[in-house]
Amino acid sequence: MKVLDDVGRGTTSVFAYAGGVAELLGDSLRFVVTLRIRFRETLDQAYLLGVQSWAIVLLTSLFTGMVFSLESAVQAVSYGVGNLVGGAVAFSAARELGPMLSAVVVAGRTGAAIAAELGSMVVTEQIEALQSLGLSPTRMLVVPRLLALVLMLPLLTVLADIVSIVGGMWVAQIYAHISYESFIDSARAVLPFSDVLKGLSKSLVFGAIIAIIGAYQGLQTRGGAAGVGKSTTAAVVTSIILIFIFNFALSYIIFGAS
Amino acid sequence: MPNTYARLDDVSVRYGPKIVMQNLSLDIVEGAITCIIGLSGAGKSTILRLLNGLKKPDSGRVFVKGRDITDMHERELVELRRSIGFSFQFAALFDSLSVGDNVALPLREHTKMHEPEIAKIVAATLDSVGLAHVEERFPAELSGGMIKRAGFARAVVTNPEVVLYDEPTTGLDPIITHVLTDLIVKLRERLNGTAVVVSHDLESIYMMADYIAMLFEGAIVAYGTVDEIRRSPNPIVQQFLQGSEVGPIPI
Repeated sequence: MKVLDDVGRGTTSVFAYAGGVAELLGDSLRFVVTLRIRFRETLDQAYLLGVQSWAIVLLTSLFTGMVFSLESAVQAVSYGVGNLVGGAVAFSAARELGPMLSAVVVAGRTGAAIAAELGSMVVTEQIEALQSLGLSPTRMLVVPRLLALVLMLPLLTVLADIVSIVGGMWVAQIYAHISYESFIDSARAVLPFSDVLKGLSKSLVFGAIIAIIGAYQGLQTRGGAAGVGKSTTAAVVTSIILIFIFNFALSYIIFGAS
Repeated sequence: MPNTYARLDDVSVRYGPKIVMQNLSLDIVEGAITCIIGLSGAGKSTILRLLNGLKKPDSGRVFVKGRDITDMHERELVELRRSIGFSFQFAALFDSLSVGDNVALPLREHTKMHEPEIAKIVAATLDSVGLAHVEERFPAELSGGMIKRAGFARAVVTNPEVVLYDEPTTGLDPIITHVLTDLIVKLRERLNGTAVVVSHDLESIYMMADYIAMLFEGAIVAYGTVDEIRRSPNPIVQQFLQGSEVGPIPI
């Protein structure tokens, strides 16, 4: 009976969580659709959450592209198909690695920041202060962060795509002596531009996930500094799990079996 | 017979298993300063949150200016809250904004005033709480008393009908406590409105209160003017006022 009780309670809390997130997203979209947007705050958040993430996205993408190329180039050359390495690197970078890596890295950095900031505002009564002034925390705090990440994550993904391909190209040239021309020709042949756009469309969804989960966890914070820590951890873990789940679903829908 | 600004009618509130209020009823008199006293954790601050809809009761009704706000939708509550100032225990200033921007925020969001006009009102409001020329400073750069006063300024900048003060003098030295108490009285007179003050500070309550309500074990056990409360035969009230360990209040 205890197992059933635990399963029931767990199921209820999952649905309650999903309902809360959906309500926050719906509330946020209502403000977006009615153009009740704080543009200045949105730009500030785009800078803080997006622009300031460029270095970490660049580094992780560069080294991932390089290691991917390192592993595949040497093998490919040994099988006499070195001319396919550029395509393999570009294909995986634009469709999966770029969107996923940048989303996971941004979830770790900015998802945590959003949850911590809003959580701190909860425990210091600043959220209640907003409400008591007749202001909606969703409009004031969540919508700018949501728009900022939906705008900035695709741009960061473009950076990730380019950097990982360039890094891969450089490593392929150094270790497998695959020329830049051969690498680029292969990439062009394998990767249509529409795939790049489809990869970027996934980033839009990932940006929304990071912002909404971070905000929701932050606004649900209870219990002082320890509560802020828990919210921050939960925001990052939940965002990353959802990014992986949605990545599979979106890849299945967008790319199908191609 | 004084008019009633707000009424808690048979209200019960619980936080998890803990019952904070049980069938509590209280009238807030219009145009007066009502002070709510009671032990720590008795639910005094919850009364303030009930009055502006930040908290919904588990049962009972809350009326403000005759309107039942108990089941009011959040969008309607937003409108209601514009007429209610709230000064938080730790001021709850937005730490990413300067003091001037904190005070200006409700004006920027709720009015169509131009910036020069807003700046003028902000400066005048800060001056009225004794904080002239601190607009550019951030909350982290202010002392405890200055933070409280900045919180007062933000609460009253829109000239609300009622101001709710949560522990306005807690943790401050006697001089600042006196200054803030005097300020609450002056702000009420200036706004010609109503004030509800939650406090433990008996000296300051005796200075400002028109009415005192004592909350104990989820109910109002005494209500009256300062003299009536001080002369109350209720042993709970007397033990609380005298700060005695001996009496019906368990330590």
